[in-house]
Amino acid sequence: MIYIFDGTYQGFLCCVFTYFEYKDTAVRLQLSGDDACQTDMFSASRSIVTDVPKAQRVQHGLQKHVGSTVAMDFFSVLLSEDRKAWAAAFYIVCRIFSGQADILENFGDDQVLYFTQTVKKVSRERHRMKAFVRFQKSNDGLFFAVIEPDFNVLPLIADFFKKRYADQKWLIYDVKRKYGLLYDKRTVSEVNISPEDKQALSADEVITLDEKDEHFQQLWKRYFQSTNIEARRNMKLHLQHVPRRYWKYLVEKQ
Amino acid sequence: MERIEEKLKILADAAKYDVSCSSSGSKRKNTGGIGDASSSGICHTYTEDGRCVSLLKILLTNHCIYDCAFCVSRKSNDVKRAAFTVEEVVELTMNFYRRNYIEGLFLSSGIFKNADFTMERLLRVVKKLRTEERYNGYIHLKTIPGASEELIKEAGLYVDRMSINLELPTEAGLKLVAPEKDHESVKKPLAFVQQQIQEYQSESKLIKHTRQFVPAGQSTQMVIGATPETDFEIMDVARTFYDNYKLKRVYYSGYIPINSENSLLPQLGTRPPLIRENRLYQTDWLLRFYDFKLEEILNTQYTQLELDIDPKLSWALRNPHFFPVDINRADYKQIIRIPGIGRQSAIKIIQARKFGQLHEYQVCKMGIAYNRARYFMTCADSPVVLGAPSMDQIRQRILQKNAFNASTTDIQLSLF
Repeated sequence: MIYIFDGTYQGFLCCVFTYFEYKDTAVRLQLSGDDACQTDMFSASRSIVTDVPKAQRVQHGLQKHVGSTVAMDFFSVLLSEDRKAWAAAFYIVCRIFSGQADILENFGDDQVLYFTQTVKKVSRERHRMKAFVRFQKSNDGLFFAVIEPDFNVLPLIADFFKKRYADQKWLIYDVKRKYGLLYDKRTVSEVNISPEDKQALSADEVITLDEKDEHFQQLWKRYFQSTNIEARRNMKLHLQHVPRRYWKYLVEKQ
Repeated sequence: MERIEEKLKILADAAKYDVSCSSSGSKRKNTGGIGDASSSGICHTYTEDGRCVSLLKILLTNHCIYDCAFCVSRKSNDVKRAAFTVEEVVELTMNFYRRNYIEGLFLSSGIFKNADFTMERLLRVVKKLRTEERYNGYIHLKTIPGASEELIKEAGLYVDRMSINLELPTEAGLKLVAPEKDHESVKKPLAFVQQQIQEYQSESKLIKHTRQFVPAGQSTQMVIGATPETDFEIMDVARTFYDNYKLKRVYYSGYIPINSENSLLPQLGTRPPLIRENRLYQTDWLLRFYDFKLEEILNTQYTQLELDIDPKLSWALRNPHFFPVDINRADYKQIIRIPGIGRQSAIKIIQARKFGQLHEYQVCKMGIAYNRARYFMTCADSPVVLGAPSMDQIRQRILQKNAFNASTTDIQLSLF
């Protein structure tokens, strides 16, 4: 049986609900937008409607079985956007609800290992984004940054930036997924900039940099050069820690 | 170049030989202002030498009344001198922090006039950050040896970590290159700060809202390879300091020759002992997290660490009676002694084996270094071997495999 869902965490939880409701066998998850060719014409499919109360019931149940920290790992895995990891998460969560709450400790099981490794990968990317976000300051005091993370980690870093930069307005925009988070000194909200919006922006609505922003960018680059020890040069290690794909948005690598 | 940029260039350059860049260990919260401390620390970027950049690491000034031969800022060295004002350091820190370039500030200084005068200036910077800017990010401050206890005590209320460098591992080494200094002037303030930390900790158990005092603890640094101490001597000093002053970290900094004036020091062009430095850190980790005793790794018979293999492997090869370890039965402490298996993998093994005997292919995927571990462990499907290879043979096999891996990655890299 193929479950077609919307790719959200709540949608995923509703798949779990449906699984126990209909007792389907050999369930596979599929994202509604994914290539239809993948649908095997001989197997039946269900379209899973994302229903928030249902999702909450499953979430509460999951928290009761494994605790809220581990429950968060399933959210992370959904954000990985990795179909194989979603399958592993679905398999594991169904086992948990079937009374095998300790299955996540069975690292001899390939699915569990893959799930754990995915949690780790997402967590690493989340940590990287806490580190690699570089704000620029606009002339009206907004600190804004563009990111292009491997996984959809914005929801995982919102709280961190909200606490840390509580007294400044900020915007972090994920260009890959075309949405951002805007903090107005009170709450964090999601913003979307459609192509039409972009075109509609008149010249004076484009963000103008604070006059001192370039000055501090220059000082940061200078610091980055001066704190390097040439006699210890080790580019292999440098690249391992700061892979090239992140350079685009790092001031010091320009 | 603007003057402020030139100052930053000089004073970052002079501060960079202090290797500590840790921003971990503090849980300072944002209380209505800006910033907080991330207890695991965050490295915001890495320089081309592969070192992490977490903090804005600068000297307040590189003017110094001392003439320590190993130090780039010593009085007799012909370098450009500069000094930041208190306001300049605060402005740089805040603007870097607000742009998410850094986790915080690491402030050190050359000694100008005297210890108290210098310490008082450092104190003004951290006080201004905390009270006027309402900044709650990380601060690592150098304790200036010889500064008055009142100043040190007040500074401790504003900062997250304090440190004083031992510089050379032994008193004898220090006398050779810095006759004006001694280890006593390091030990005294370390002990004073440690005593204050303990007092505040015991107070906070009784009273709810005591202020934090150096919540991320103290650290120190030793220069390696400038003077002829053995690895055993170095690690013995480190152990003593961990024990006596409850240090959070001891850093080992491979000496980089900065001039050829002092004939006792390695001369210009000598490569810094990077592998040795790495082996010392590995030993430090084995002592703190793997339950090794120093004498197991280094002792009067083995005074130097081997450079071509890591210290855990070296210990294993000298202790064949301990192996092989059966990963399906052995306890955690035995498993982490297997070369190539770390703490994370050991935890995974212990949890996973509850579900059934673990086979080699399963353990391999858990993130172990199989090339090393294979000779020291048995899994459910390990064949019964009657004639095991000698430890000398194992050593050769591991080194050959390493060399082969290194040569293939070199070839891969050169293709690009």
